[in-house]
Amino acid sequence: MSESPASPLTTADGVPLKVSLRRAVRRSKVKAFLLVSPLLLFLGVAFVMPIVEMLWRSVENAEVSTYLPRTVEALEGWDGGSLPEEPAFAALAEDLRTGQEARNLGLLSSRLNYEKSGMRSAISRTARGVRNLEPPFRESLVEAHRAWGELDTWRLIQREARPYTISYYLAAVDRRLSLDGEIVKVPDHLEVHVGLFWRTFWMSAVITGLTLVLGYPIAFLLASLPLRHSNLLMILVLLPFWTSLLVRTTTWIAILQSQGVLNDLMVTLGVIADEARWQMIHNKTGTIVAMTHILLPFMILPLYSVMKTIPPSYMRAARSLGGKPFLSFRRVYFPLTVPGIAAGGILVFILSIGYYITPALVGGQSGRFITNYIAYHMQTSLNWGLAAAIASILLFVVIVFYMVFNRLIGVDKVKLG
Amino acid sequence: MNESLQQERNEDAREADHPTDTHFVRFINVQKSYDGVELVVKGFNLDIRRGEFVTLLGPSGSGKTTCLMMMAGFETPTHGQILLKGDPINDLPPHKRGIGMVFQNYALFPHMSVAENLSFPLEVRHLSKAEIKRKVDRALAMVRLENFGDRRPAQLSGGQQQRVALARALVFEPELVLMDEPLGALDKNLREEMQYEIKRIHANLGVTMIYVTHDQTEALTMSDRIAVFNDGVVQQLAEPETLYEAPENAFVANFIGENNRLYGEVIETIGDSCQVRLDSGETVSAKAVAAGGVGTRTTLSLRPERIDIVADEADHDFDNCFRAEVREVIYLGDHLRTRVSVCGNDEFILKTPNSKGYASLRPGQSIVIGWSSSDCRALDA
Repeated sequence: MSESPASPLTTADGVPLKVSLRRAVRRSKVKAFLLVSPLLLFLGVAFVMPIVEMLWRSVENAEVSTYLPRTVEALEGWDGGSLPEEPAFAALAEDLRTGQEARNLGLLSSRLNYEKSGMRSAISRTARGVRNLEPPFRESLVEAHRAWGELDTWRLIQREARPYTISYYLAAVDRRLSLDGEIVKVPDHLEVHVGLFWRTFWMSAVITGLTLVLGYPIAFLLASLPLRHSNLLMILVLLPFWTSLLVRTTTWIAILQSQGVLNDLMVTLGVIADEARWQMIHNKTGTIVAMTHILLPFMILPLYSVMKTIPPSYMRAARSLGGKPFLSFRRVYFPLTVPGIAAGGILVFILSIGYYITPALVGGQSGRFITNYIAYHMQTSLNWGLAAAIASILLFVVIVFYMVFNRLIGVDKVKLG
Repeated sequence: MNESLQQERNEDAREADHPTDTHFVRFINVQKSYDGVELVVKGFNLDIRRGEFVTLLGPSGSGKTTCLMMMAGFETPTHGQILLKGDPINDLPPHKRGIGMVFQNYALFPHMSVAENLSFPLEVRHLSKAEIKRKVDRALAMVRLENFGDRRPAQLSGGQQQRVALARALVFEPELVLMDEPLGALDKNLREEMQYEIKRIHANLGVTMIYVTHDQTEALTMSDRIAVFNDGVVQQLAEPETLYEAPENAFVANFIGENNRLYGEVIETIGDSCQVRLDSGETVSAKAVAAGGVGTRTTLSLRPERIDIVADEADHDFDNCFRAEVREVIYLGDHLRTRVSVCGNDEFILKTPNSKGYASLRPGQSIVIGWSSSDCRALDA
């Protein structure tokens, strides 16, 4: 009775069924694509391209080969055993002269200075007097700055002539490539990023935990109250969500600062002495309190959407079968909300490890996140490569979390609202 | 002799003192209001014997499910008392009532296997592992799902899920099982099969069952007694035959089985029969069931299968006989459904078995139909 597997199904006029189906849905596919294409374009320009550029910047290493092209060429084939010959010095002098005239040695000197301190002044001082240098350059350059007489300097130039580098990633985890080519830790007093990464992760975990503890009962109420009341509660949950982030953050400053509402209240009530006001803002407490408040809806909404799908008859069934209220909750209701907990948890965690404004405003020194350092490297130290590397690590961590979540729970199980 | 009589009387008295068999479940004047304005259940009284199968039947919103929920403990009565084995259970939380319950959509726990679902009521009662396994296996065998213990509910068909729900409600051996429209989600064939299955289990175990449904066939098939609900009030509580044969009011007559209605006014009553003048002018003799005195309005109720076609107008046994015009004939295999126009009613239905050669009826044909006054019940207006 059944079709033999050798002959594919065809329509009445002999066209293979698959071809026919493809034709039939092509129009609607094209239409669907055209409808989403503006958004696709926007996403490409505003989302994909910046990420690609960020990833590119985190490994890009064009400075040396761009600004010292002759030197790089002259160093080709140099074994690095002893100082290079005169042509390399001559090439360097020429490169520096060109660069000085074009006034574009800044990027080069910064780049080399990340790897070897003192390089900035070596380049700028040499470049200033490069016009008066006389051959043989090997002597006159070393005379201009002793760095050019050091083997390490030349090795560094040769190494950084490569188009890509991992040194930004190493710097992002407080490591550097020594001039011997080994990965070493930076001195303790320069160690900042690893500690900040850990602080970002554990504070995000604390914030996630707090939002869960605070959000679970609210989500439960939202899902179980009659519609009239739950709508009101939903508005109470969403209202802050619609308020500006800055307003909410600065409100917490007003509440928590040492001359703030909460401290004043406690002093008035005699709970604490006037001179022993609590420091609750511009530290970890401030960051945790404000971010927990701000991210709470991101926990409540996924929880609510999962709880909404759990029919009340499950709990009733558990009760009628003899389960005490808490036991019924633990054995029946709670396991069914785990996808919601995971979704809310992953959402809040991912959002909070990338949070910037709130820690910047209320975090003080001890409540800073790694994101605040990305901003620092973008705006102050102007080390964009390092900023890109830190951001790329964050992106990577987020992707790993997302994949773990997808494996354990399944993203398709999560609806928002 | 005297002594033995005395003894018998004592035993009677003792039985009256411990009436848990005849009054296994009692609803005493139970009322329920959700909003404090409207009563959903208005003065519900019901006594259920041990081992009885009682169905609460009614249209949706009639209060039957609310009664069941009050019995299970998920709703509290606004007024009145519910007694189980003679003890009031109004304040007893659901998990202490020991009542098995089958829910409308089964409410099987989706994250547990079938066996785990069945173990749940036993685990919370702290039974030993071996005991639990024995009881779960026995319950699965009872619903003929021995090899399905490891499956998840989602991997079962609707009928199988239904059986698991039944097994779960019975596995901890409750004396009372409540069922809230348990077959509503099944298709017709499966529903009939499950009706017999539930009936069989009821007969085997002897548990008391309270069953809620809006499906009258289901109620008639399964129940020892049926309480017909409407508008928060029990309209009639009786055995299936009585409900069908002798409905006490127009609602019950309409709700149970098919029913032809004629409206008129009582003009004479003689004993338990009466003469009714229809709005269309004819006079019909009927059995006075719930009709008022002379001059009151009444609804006459007639079962379609109790009406016959009279071959010879001069020679018949019916005390009511009228000329009718055939409007429509529907051939249903074993019987014919004929819609006729008679006594001003255009929707008058006749059901005639397909053995009498009536297949020759044609629309537009004029026939004579008749019925006995004892099958024609004069009910409330």
